[in-house]
Formats: sequence, C-alpha cells, structure tokens
Amino acid sequence: MYRYDEFDRQFVTERVAQFRDQASRRLSGALTEDEFRPLRLMNGLYLQLHAYMLRIAVPYGTLSSRQLNTLAFIAEKWDRGYGHFTTRQNIQFNWIKLEDTADILSKLAEVEMHAIQTSGNCIRNVTTDQWAGAAADEIADPRPVGELVRQWSSLHPEFSYLPRKFKIAVTGAPNDRAAVKVHDIGLRLHLNDKGERGWEVLVGGGLGRTPVIGVTVRDFLPEHELIAYLEAIMRVYNLYGRRDNKYKARIKILVHELGADKFRAEVEAEYARRPHADTKVEERELQRISAYFAPPKFEKLPRWSATFEEARARNKEFAAWVKTNVAAHRIDGYAIANVSLKPEGGIPGDATADQMRVVADLAQRYAFDEIRVSHHQNLVLPHVRRDDLFAIWKVLNANGLAASNIGLAGDIIACPGLDYCSLATARSIPIAQSISRRFADLNRQHEIGPLRINISGCINACGHHHVGHIGILGLDKKGEEYYQITLGGSSSESASIGTILGPGFAGEDVPDAIEKIVNTYLAHRQPGEEFLAAYRRLGAQPFKEALYAAA
Amino acid sequence: MTINSTEKGKILTANRLRDGEVVFLTHSGLWSENIDGAVLATEPQAQAALEARGKDDERANLVTGVYSFDAERREGHVFASHIKERIRSLGPTVRADLGKQAEGRGGHFAALQGV
Ligand code: HEM
Ligand code: SF4
Repeated sequence: MYRYDEFDRQFVTERVAQFRDQASRRLSGALTEDEFRPLRLMNGLYLQLHAYMLRIAVPYGTLSSRQLNTLAFIAEKWDRGYGHFTTRQNIQFNWIKLEDTADILSKLAEVEMHAIQTSGNCIRNVTTDQWAGAAADEIADPRPVGELVRQWSSLHPEFSYLPRKFKIAVTGAPNDRAAVKVHDIGLRLHLNDKGERGWEVLVGGGLGRTPVIGVTVRDFLPEHELIAYLEAIMRVYNLYGRRDNKYKARIKILVHELGADKFRAEVEAEYARRPHADTKVEERELQRISAYFAPPKFEKLPRWSATFEEARARNKEFAAWVKTNVAAHRIDGYAIANVSLKPEGGIPGDATADQMRVVADLAQRYAFDEIRVSHHQNLVLPHVRRDDLFAIWKVLNANGLAASNIGLAGDIIACPGLDYCSLATARSIPIAQSISRRFADLNRQHEIGPLRINISGCINACGHHHVGHIGILGLDKKGEEYYQITLGGSSSESASIGTILGPGFAGEDVPDAIEKIVNTYLAHRQPGEEFLAAYRRLGAQPFKEALYAAA
Repeated sequence: MTINSTEKGKILTANRLRDGEVVFLTHSGLWSENIDGAVLATEPQAQAALEARGKDDERANLVTGVYSFDAERREGHVFASHIKERIRSLGPTVRADLGKQAEGRGGHFAALQGV
C-alpha cells in the first residue's frame, strides 16, 4: 500500500505549521490578501462562490480506509457532511472556513494527506489509472513512476515558477484510463520484443479553452532515462513557454507554435546536454519506491467462484451491477469493484460522510484496505475476492452506492459549475441530473451501451467536455445559461476532441437534444457498434439533421 | 405594487475574510449575510462611495474580494440581475438544504430549480 516516506512526513508537518502561522497573520491583518492568496493556493485553499474551497490531493487516487474515514470526519466536522470527487482524482470541500483550515490540514497530515500541488504554476499531483496494480490488461503498475515523478518535481525550485500549471498522467495499460493524451505530459508504458519496458512520452495535450491531443516525442524511452528526459522537456518549456499571456502559457501552445518537430528537436538537444548520463540514482530510487506499492498478499484462488455465480444467477440487480461495475482483475479469483457515485438524478462525484465510511469499511473488510478515486468521479475497490462481490454489493445497495451504470449514459462527468464555482458561466450539475433522470431506465442504458457524457460549466473544461463522446459546455448568453453540444470526443488511447454540432440549447432543452442524438445513433448503428465508433463512421451530419431539422 | 416602486442600482458584495461567507454592504456600513439588507446605490456617486467603503473594509481585513453587481429593489426586497449573484445569495440550486436559503438568510425570491 502506498505511503509517504519520512521526508514527506516531516515536510507536510512543517508545511501545516507554516500555514497555521500564515493564516493567523492573515486573520490579524499582518498579511494582505494579495500576499496571502498565493500562500493559500499553494495549500489548495480557493475562495469560491459560497465560502472557501479546499482541494485535497489523493495521490494516484489511492486511499486507505483510515484516510477515507478522515475525509468523512472533515466533511462532518468542518464542512456540510459531504465532499466532491473531481476529475483530477482530488476531493474538494465547498464550505470551508479560513479559520478552520490549519486544523483541517493538520488532521490530514495525521493520515499522510495534504493539499500541496493541487494549485499554482507547478507540476500538479500526478494522476493515473484508477485500476493501477489491479487491471487484467496492465503491463505494470504505473504508480511507482508517478511517485518518482512526484518526488522529483515536488518543490523543485526550477519547476515552481513555470509559465503555467503542469499536469502529468501515467498509464501502465494499453487501454488508457488516465486520459494521458490530454495532459501536458502523458506517459504510456510499452514492452518491446525483448520484454523490456519503455515509456511513450506524449507532450502538449490539454483541455481548457484550447483543447489539443498530445504529440508523441519519444516512442520508447527506457525507464531509467525518464526523469532526465522529463527534465529536458521542462527546461525547454521553462525557457520558451510564454509568460506574457496566461491563455497561451501552457506547453500545448508552445508545442503548437514551434511545431512538433522543432519542439522535439529542442528537447533532444537539451537532453543531449544533460550534465551526467548516469541514471543509477533513478534506478535505485525507482526500486525503493516500488516497494511502497507492493501488491497486497493475494491468495491462490480458483478462477471460478461458485458463490458468485450462484448469486448472479439468482439476483438480477446484482447481475446488472456485475455487468457494468465489475472489471477483470489480473489475479485469478479477484475482481475490481467500481462504486458509482452517479445515482439516478444525483450530483456526480458527491459522496456523503456516511457513504465514505461505508466504502472505507468495505475496503477494510474485503479489499486489503484500499480504495481508489477515478477521474470519472467514482470510487473503486481495486482488489476484492469474487466470492465477496455479492456481500459487497448488498452493503453498497443498502447505502445508495450500487448504481449499475459505470461507463453508461448515467455515468456522467460534471464539474461543480455555477452552483459552486466562481469561474462558471453556467450550471452543470442540474444538466447532469436531468440527463441522468431521462436515461434512468437501466435496460435502456445497457441497450445504448458505452457512452461518455461530460459536462463543464465554463471553457476551462474541468468536466472534460471536449473528450466526452457527448460533450456539453455551459455558457452565458446575455445573462442566460445556454449549452453547446459537441460530439465525438474521447480521452482513450484513440483520443479525439469533440466537434461542435451547431447552435446551443437552453438548459431545459438539453435532455431532449441528448435523446435525439442517442436515438440517431441507435437508428444508424451496425450490430455491436458503440456510440463513438458509429459517430466516427457516420460523421456529424445525421446528428445535425436530427437536432436542427426544421421543427 | 406599481412599476415606480422598482429601483435599479448596484450592490456591494464580498466574502467575509474569516469564513468566506457571502456578505452584502448595508446602509449602516456593516456587512449583512442577507441580500435584503443590502444598500442599493442608484447614483454613480453613491456607487463610488460604496466601492470606497468596500476597499476600506478590505484593508481592515473584514472582507475580501469586494465587487459590485447590478440589482433591483422591488417591494422592499433585493433581486440580483444575474443568476450568479442569485446563487450566491441563496446557495447551490442543487442543494436547497444548504446555504443561506436553508438558514433563513436567503434572498427573498424563489430558488432556481433544476432544469
Ligand atoms: C471550483 C474551483 C475550480 C477552479 C477555480 C478551477 C480552475 C480551472 C482553470 C482556470 C482551468 C483552466 C486552466 C488552463 O487551461 O490553463 C482549469 C482546468 C481544469 N480543471 Fe479546474 N477548476 C476548478 C474545479 C475543478 C474541478 C472540480 C475539477 C474536476 C472535476 C477540475 C479539473 C480540471 C481539469 C481536468 C482541467 C482541464 C485540464 C487542463 O488543465 O487542460 N477543476 N480549472
Ligand atoms: S469548468 Fe469552469 S465552471 Fe467547471 S469547475 Fe472548472 S472553472 Fe469551474
């Protein structure tokens, strides 16, 4: 199980003490807001629509039951009894008081958690596949490399004042569940013919107002060269990245302005200049770190579980849940259980303190004490015995946590939007709720098949709308909310940016529009063809006709 | 009531420093959690005075993030023109059980419903 090392522990404790002092100086007036703002942001504290908002990092989306219970405790003691899991594998609390924040951070530090690197123009917390270390299709657990990157980049003086924030994602599986192509740097693991590991390095992906798919600068970088090579990329960015205009400051703009070939050449030249080619330190570090991610002690179990098969045959609801929410584990007899935070009409990603405790308890009893947070705003019990799936499901079901919709129309990603976010141009949660209600019929969701609906409340695209099969962007037209629909986005290994279909819609008309899009797909699909594949074959035309045909 | 009872102008708002609570500047120069208590400045001069007062209170570390927004007073109640300010003065539209709307400190208008 992942844990901090001694340096981190000391560092986090010191950071809390510093923040306590800074906050009290702010409250006494010794610090002005302009002086204090960068300090609070460095500790994940934003000022939002209704109060302060605290963004807490969940490194690699990995939590222990003790940590999740602590989040539940914070939700109850200092917030309003719930938290919001985000597309960055973080959790946000929306009702935080400045005067409580140091106490909260200190409570977090007790369980090796913090809010560092969740804000500011630094290398942000590294994100990864929520099934890391568990997925059947995985080549290797990507988290040790993520952790190596984190340890190298945390508070690295050279990378603390980048032109803009910097997000790195890592995947160790061929099926990309970490959206690595839309990050500033994406890392994908490959094996060569000799069975050696190498990383594909993608640079310049991103969402926001300028969505771009990253370009591959190296196909197969030997693992031990990774840090030195990333350093070369960061240097080129630090040197040439634009600081004159914050909308042009991300590395994606640099890659675009230089052109992929020139950018690659610059990185290679910088890499060739590196002071020492020796990577023994990195190799040793990686080994040391890997021990922190040692797999749990799996038992030798038969692949087939009679208990499980019997329950599935007897209980239809359980069978439906298994179909969507349970994924193949790399170890026989085990499974990955996905816990949907998308109940019908619910708020995507929100979990109450009680629900957090239920999941924490299940993890402790059945899942080697591990919980994961996915960038789809769901939770995961990554290592459970197939024998225990039915018992787990019963507990989830009794606590409103058994929505059987992972990857389906109801599994909507939505940012907080105008209900909570001061940057928003429109609400996103009510749109998600109305679509979720419209597609409440689970049989219909299964009939439609895999479908990603992603919603953002402004162009910053925190809700990943550009890479939704159906993307919805909330905008403000003369004080009224309206919604632009895009089709054909994807954040998978065949990533693409969605195309705007046409004029936007008023909020109340969005569910009808989505329904027309889905019906068009159903009418045109070939046997077994998923929504995205059908869209890619058909193009936008039939969907445009369905949406905008003269009424 | 008649149209004449509608006043249009600007309201000064901020977040209270210590807890982030949304507050509005009142006649007495104090900050109210309830938008109905807000002073509505109809003349540019009065608006400038409000802004100056807000800057002072920022310097005095009472509030932070001061700005003004368009609103109307109708029948003694204040209505923000933009949805964002209506949400700030009530609470999230998706959680009517939370925020000012749930604590009797909301604006005197219906909460926005889900779509
Ligand atoms: C509520 C407070 C939030 C604020 C103030 C905020 C601010 C921003 C801003 C300004 C950007 C654009 C950055 C750029 O393009 O340079 C952005 C992008 C992004 N944010 Fe947020 N955000 C918030 C909440 C969230 C939440 C709740 C999530 C997850 C659900 C999230 C995840 C992301 C992601 C994935 C991106 C786009 C990826 C990229 O960096 O290109 N943010 N955010
Ligand atoms: S996309 Fe916009 S509205 Fe949504 S959380 Fe990000 S900044 Fe806020």
